[in-house]
Amino acid sequence: MGRVVVDVMPKPEILDPQGKAVANALPRLGFTQFSSVRQGKRFELEVDGPVTEEILAAAREAGEKVLSNPVIEDVVAVYEEQS
Amino acid sequence: MRIGVVTFPGTLDDRDAARAVRLAGGEAVALWHADADLKGVDAVVLPGGFSYGDYLRAGAISRFAPVTQAIVDAAKGGLPVLGICNGFQVLTEAHLLPGSMIKNEHLSFICREQELRVENASTAWTSDYAQGELITIPLKNQDGQYVADERTLDELEGEGRVVFRYTGWNPNGSRRDIAGVSNERGNVVGLMPHPEHAVEPGFGPDGAKGPRSGTDGLKFFTSVLTSLVS
Repeated sequence: MGRVVVDVMPKPEILDPQGKAVANALPRLGFTQFSSVRQGKRFELEVDGPVTEEILAAAREAGEKVLSNPVIEDVVAVYEEQS
Repeated sequence: MRIGVVTFPGTLDDRDAARAVRLAGGEAVALWHADADLKGVDAVVLPGGFSYGDYLRAGAISRFAPVTQAIVDAAKGGLPVLGICNGFQVLTEAHLLPGSMIKNEHLSFICREQELRVENASTAWTSDYAQGELITIPLKNQDGQYVADERTLDELEGEGRVVFRYTGWNPNGSRRDIAGVSNERGNVVGLMPHPEHAVEPGFGPDGAKGPRSGTDGLKFFTSVLTSLVS
């Protein structure tokens, strides 16, 4: 069984309200090292067989068409996760 | 005139939308998400709520429902379509309207009586309003911040496709105070606030005639009936 990971992040020019909220919470817990936070999404797509080039291509297409909305998000990485 | 009202799993305002259609003098026809049959309706309302739990993104899963595919095809042929709140989010995900909605700038769910200015009174859903008319209808959402790139925003402004703008206060950080937009043809309109909650005295926002007397939302539904007759 193979696994493909698709990482989606809000576009850099779009303000990320969730990331901002997390960034504001961190110092309250003593984490003062981090100046900003952006929050994205990680999708794990599993296949029964091995992860082939075709599978990766399909995952990239799904990333662009379904898993992200290109108006507000970018697919930043599509890769096979080694188990 | 028969106005379809769509119900997805998680839709909340379909009954209020159907009631608004009836109060305006139309016949409300229930449309089911899993059914590609539009039952020969003359227009469609996509009501608010949290279809599919807002999983993935607000409106993202609803885009792939059989009824949405049928609505997209019919809208391209000129069928009047109104998306309210989550319905607006569905229309942007389905690419019938440009832009998208992200979480409110202040991160909180918001519920208030909101004043809007009617910026375009020539769409299928706004023709009974006066250009520049100020109306007050409820606003309630979590993901209501309208965003689009600058080029798209300039295009919308230039083509008169900003249909509603927040006045007084921008409640969610929407670009250029935009509350609602239309497609090029003006048959598809989407907005975040809820006209269907301001259609009957006693149940609407506070108005000139006293508490809960506001019925500023009713003209959405009379407008589409007027546009269908003409």
